[in-house]
Amino acid sequence: MIETANSPVAPVLTAKDFSTDQEVRWCPGCGDYSILAQVQKIMPGLNVPKENIVIISGIGCSSRFPYYMNTYGMHSIHGRATAVASGLKATRPELSVWIVSGDGDSLSIGGNHTIHLLRRNFDVNFMVFNNQIYGLTKGQYSPTSEQQKVTKSTPFGSIDHPFNPLALALGADASFIARSMDRDPKHLQQMLVRSHLHRGASFLEIYQNCNIFNDGAFEIFTEKSTKPTEALFLEHGQPLVFGAQQEKGIKIDGMRPVIVDLNNGVSKDDLWIHDEKDIYKAQSLVRMFDDPSVEGHFPRPFGVFYQNERACYEDSMKMQLEEAIALKGPGDLDKLLRGREVWEIV
Amino acid sequence: MAAVKKNLPMNRREETLQDVVIKFAGDSGDGMQLTGQQFTNNTAMLGIDLATFPDFPAEIRAPQGTLPGVSGFQLHFSSDKVYTPGDLCDVLVAMNAAALKVNVKTLKPGGKIIVNTDGFDAKNLRLANFPEGVNPLEDGSLDAYEVMRIDVTKLTRESLKDFPDLGIKEKDRAKNMFVLGFIYWMYSRSLDNTITFLKEKFGKKANILDSNIKVLQAGYNYGDTTETFTSRYRVEKAKMSPGNYRSIMGNQALSFGLIAAAQKSGLPMFLGTYPITPASDILHDLSKYKNFGIRTFQAEDEIAGITASIGAAYGGSIGVTTTSGPGMALKTEAMGLAVMLEIPLIIINVQRGGPSTGLPTKTEQSDLMQAYYGRNGECPMPVISASTPSDCFSAIYEAVRISIEHMTPVIFLSDGYIANGAEPWKYPQSADLPPINAKFKTELGDGELKYQPYIRDEKLVRPWAVPGTKGLEHRIGGLEKQNITGNVNYEPENHQTMVKIRQEKVDMIANYIPEQQIDCGAEKGKVLVLGWGSTYGAIRSAVLHLLSEGYEVSHAHLRYQRPFPKNLGTILRNFETVLVPEINNGQLVKIIRDQYLVDAKPYNKIMGIPITRTELIEAIRKLL
Repeated sequence: MIETANSPVAPVLTAKDFSTDQEVRWCPGCGDYSILAQVQKIMPGLNVPKENIVIISGIGCSSRFPYYMNTYGMHSIHGRATAVASGLKATRPELSVWIVSGDGDSLSIGGNHTIHLLRRNFDVNFMVFNNQIYGLTKGQYSPTSEQQKVTKSTPFGSIDHPFNPLALALGADASFIARSMDRDPKHLQQMLVRSHLHRGASFLEIYQNCNIFNDGAFEIFTEKSTKPTEALFLEHGQPLVFGAQQEKGIKIDGMRPVIVDLNNGVSKDDLWIHDEKDIYKAQSLVRMFDDPSVEGHFPRPFGVFYQNERACYEDSMKMQLEEAIALKGPGDLDKLLRGREVWEIV
Repeated sequence: MAAVKKNLPMNRREETLQDVVIKFAGDSGDGMQLTGQQFTNNTAMLGIDLATFPDFPAEIRAPQGTLPGVSGFQLHFSSDKVYTPGDLCDVLVAMNAAALKVNVKTLKPGGKIIVNTDGFDAKNLRLANFPEGVNPLEDGSLDAYEVMRIDVTKLTRESLKDFPDLGIKEKDRAKNMFVLGFIYWMYSRSLDNTITFLKEKFGKKANILDSNIKVLQAGYNYGDTTETFTSRYRVEKAKMSPGNYRSIMGNQALSFGLIAAAQKSGLPMFLGTYPITPASDILHDLSKYKNFGIRTFQAEDEIAGITASIGAAYGGSIGVTTTSGPGMALKTEAMGLAVMLEIPLIIINVQRGGPSTGLPTKTEQSDLMQAYYGRNGECPMPVISASTPSDCFSAIYEAVRISIEHMTPVIFLSDGYIANGAEPWKYPQSADLPPINAKFKTELGDGELKYQPYIRDEKLVRPWAVPGTKGLEHRIGGLEKQNITGNVNYEPENHQTMVKIRQEKVDMIANYIPEQQIDCGAEKGKVLVLGWGSTYGAIRSAVLHLLSEGYEVSHAHLRYQRPFPKNLGTILRNFETVLVPEINNGQLVKIIRDQYLVDAKPYNKIMGIPITRTELIEAIRKLL
């Protein structure tokens, strides 16, 4: 294996140590700036030597990310960051591998690799910057754009039914599923750290505003005036409560969640208590994906929906190698070349 | 030897032959491939030279008894040197009417046909599209051949009458063992290696094991005791150069070459791939050798196969991906990325008939242009090919060496014919394999303030710094790079510089590969037959034949298609005519004409089967 320089007493790093001399070239006002800043902020606290961090991206606005991170990084090809990361992690399990991708990159052209990375459960952090639009190609609808959306390629409105990214991830048996937003730096930092701490594939959807082609797509969840009623922040072991005065909650009625008014004789003890380990609850939570303009819709959950540990692909792969060596001994090339049926010509 | 009756009838004689071509043909469920392989191993172990050609349908179980369902295995063995599996057969084993119909045209006049008479009932004849009432065993159409009739099905069932637990279906499955046993008798062989093989395969299923051995022996004894068969044959050892030999198939040799390269370079190996005929056996093989530290990854598709390998190569492994034509098409964009990243990567294309899905189980050499030019942008990559099954070992080893020492992806071309063919192999000792120098950059050099990922050495090779190396953090990607720094750069002059550098880097590999040799014939003369890949055996034997008749002809065979060896132009100009035989519509010939302005002539066969020696002799003669 390759030796890595893991010095025991690493110097204390700051966010600045993670930025490069390359000029950041996203449009002014892009949500990507905030995400970059939060990633740079949490990196020093992860206790991972800088040289062991690798950022792999595909193609799209978000995929310029590696150029701005003073770590190892690869700006690969469209949709394939997940597959590149799989090969890297399979062979170098000790590295901290971060995938940066967008809704087009990971759910359209790279959709196949996304689901397979999740089911295999490589221990990587998979950030999907979802802006519900194609930015780099200048404004076509994406697989997460809402139906009827008018874009350059859908002048009469999109007829595509959009993906629900977290439901898709759960369907692929992702072991960690979370959602955050560019406009809530604190929450985003927490989610980034949680993604890192999870051993397994961490699927983190980040709502990211594209102020050029899809401005305000997530305003209803991010603006002060509507955020309390439209965004539901999940915390493990805590009831599902939302509203400007935390006056509303979600309770389970039979098989279904219902919104209840806490002033109406319903107490917090009656509410749905969030349990990150409960896959059945997670299945309901990812389905809280209503169009906010519909009367009686559920608020959109943010936070960790689901987290459970299961074997990571690279560990199982390594174990098979070790077992083979324990059983047969390290490979003997001459024995292999000779085989079992040999004859001599004199 | 296992218990075999030894009461030779008085009228028996044993004849010594120099050269035999035998073809086992039957339904794809009849086990003809296994029968052929067993007979091949048995032959090889006796030091007889050989070459094989398995020919099977794309369908796993095509409708039973039909013409498309016929599976064949051709073996050429000789006490002389063998270069091809043979143009025409001396012996045809036909398990049913369809197998006879498909293969009888490849039989020499006077050749032997061993038929399973049970495979010629009304149903089988109808499935083989014989007209109503016509049975080739009865209508005199086979009078030019010596037909040996054996009711294999009946005799197999009879020999298993003491196995009440086995149903008719299970009993019939052992038919191929009867045939194998009979052929072993016919060629005076021992049953030992097949019995050992059966023990390993069915060791835990005593009933199946015993029944197979019983039928194998029954086949042998049938030849021995039935007085209809008066002659047995023997082929003596071939005069091969002294040393230790084993039998090897192309895909297996490829796997061994990869493992050897990993061991000698000291780098871990990662295979990212997706199953596709005829390349899948490399995955099957490599996945067995985990104790050599080989990681195999069956990806979700062809693209994930190559991109995962790129990820592994970025991390310091030897990244390998295997595929065939259609998969090659899917990997194209990722190959471009590897060229931009300038990292080692091995892309193996076991070619098959195309375009599109084409002829999955048939051979062709039609992806050379794709390997050369089939990518967007100016995207040069070295191309290397293997010429015989055992040559896969040293050719892939060389591909890995070039890839690592020159920091470049390399395309390796094999084909279905080489992949599944077998031949004796004088296997090397690991100590004798050439070194592969892999070195990572581990720290900044004197006076180096910052790691420059695209700084180059005298070979124009950039340093390989892998993640985990302190102080060398850097970013690479598919966007055009600034020379030396590797930063994204769109300046016009820089792009031209980088395109030229990438080209020159690949061209310069010509300084680090051997010069082209003439395989046989003189250095100068009338006709040069220039080949590449699996046409080696046919060209060599055709040219040797013409040389023996006194013609002025030579053979050169290319291992390196890109860059070409430095002296190739000189060689081409030393001949009045250059003939390029290929199993395609003329690809190498176009590249040769383009690069050397030589009026090379094509000879093409595009039938999904190898070019024969006879065809080639005729084609070359026309130019002499």
